[in-house]
Amino acid sequence: MSTVIDITLLTFLAVTALAIIRTRNLFAAVMLAGIYSLVSAGLFTALDAVDVAFTEAAVGAGISTVLFLGTLALVGWEEEKPAHQPILPLVVVVLTGGALVWGTSDLPPFGVATNPVHESPIAERYIEESGHEIGIPNIVTSVLASYRGYDTMGEATVIFTALVGVLLLLAHGPHPRRVWEGDRWSTKWDDPQLQDEDDETLEGDGPFESDSPEGGSANG
Amino acid sequence: MDDQIILRLAAKTLIPFILVFALYVQFHGDYGPGGGFQAGVIFAAGFVLYALVFGLRRTVQVMPPWVTLACGAAGVLLYAGVGVVTMALGSEYLNYNVLAHDPEHGQHYGILLVELGVLITVFGVMLGMFYAFAGRRSLDG
Repeated sequence: MSTVIDITLLTFLAVTALAIIRTRNLFAAVMLAGIYSLVSAGLFTALDAVDVAFTEAAVGAGISTVLFLGTLALVGWEEEKPAHQPILPLVVVVLTGGALVWGTSDLPPFGVATNPVHESPIAERYIEESGHEIGIPNIVTSVLASYRGYDTMGEATVIFTALVGVLLLLAHGPHPRRVWEGDRWSTKWDDPQLQDEDDETLEGDGPFESDSPEGGSANG
Repeated sequence: MDDQIILRLAAKTLIPFILVFALYVQFHGDYGPGGGFQAGVIFAAGFVLYALVFGLRRTVQVMPPWVTLACGAAGVLLYAGVGVVTMALGSEYLNYNVLAHDPEHGQHYGILLVELGVLITVFGVMLGMFYAFAGRRSLDG
């Protein structure tokens, strides 16, 4: 049964990937990428890696899709036709993919009890001792937050660094300032166009700006 | 999306459940799949949904961009701070055993705090990135 599920999910993955390559509509490509992540999450669940599946579903299918859509709102919805024949990229991709598939022959077989990961003393320690050393049932959390807490701090730092990088590249976000004008606070926008619109009416013009209490502001 | 009344009502109904689900994922991480990373993303997704349906301007009023930046830094500081506290209490960096009299309780407190740090960082970073992408258009015209 699990073989059938695996083959079905992997087929979906391959079909989705081919569809992403074929389509020139970037909106469709982004949606397909979200589906790809969701199918990957299903595959991880079938492999009993529920924590990874959870992250893939939340980050890959959720936030990434929204960020892609935000990018599309800036760059347009249609991909231009490539100026040259994609022969060289195809060769590079086929060679790299072939090397990766060849490399998997050196990996230990899936789910065999004598694999190095099952025989290492560290894994035994985690499974046998974490119950009373850390005192929580989820070994993944024990390893992530306690045994390997230093690594996880590095991960959190990497995520923070990513934000710094994005902000350096896309320097100005919607950063209104609250300014005290003698008797009341008012909202100042750096962009005069936004400032001109009275902030009480909440009228917007950006890709995600479609609101106004009176109605009528079209998306644009 | 003012004419999309079903979308607006559905989003309005869903958002509180999304935020509570994020907290469930956060605090149930000791017993099942979940933890700070996933919870932070889900919590941010609640605000992103609000921004998609009700507009960036209102979202910025609820959750100003500087708060997301502060969250991104504060979470890492909280995580690293736990390590400094354990060192001050005379143990190794991030060895939670010394946080309480009973080492097991110390581990519980330590994991709770560092997972909270991860939640705050991931939430701030995800929403801050969304603001950075979504906010460009309205400023560049």
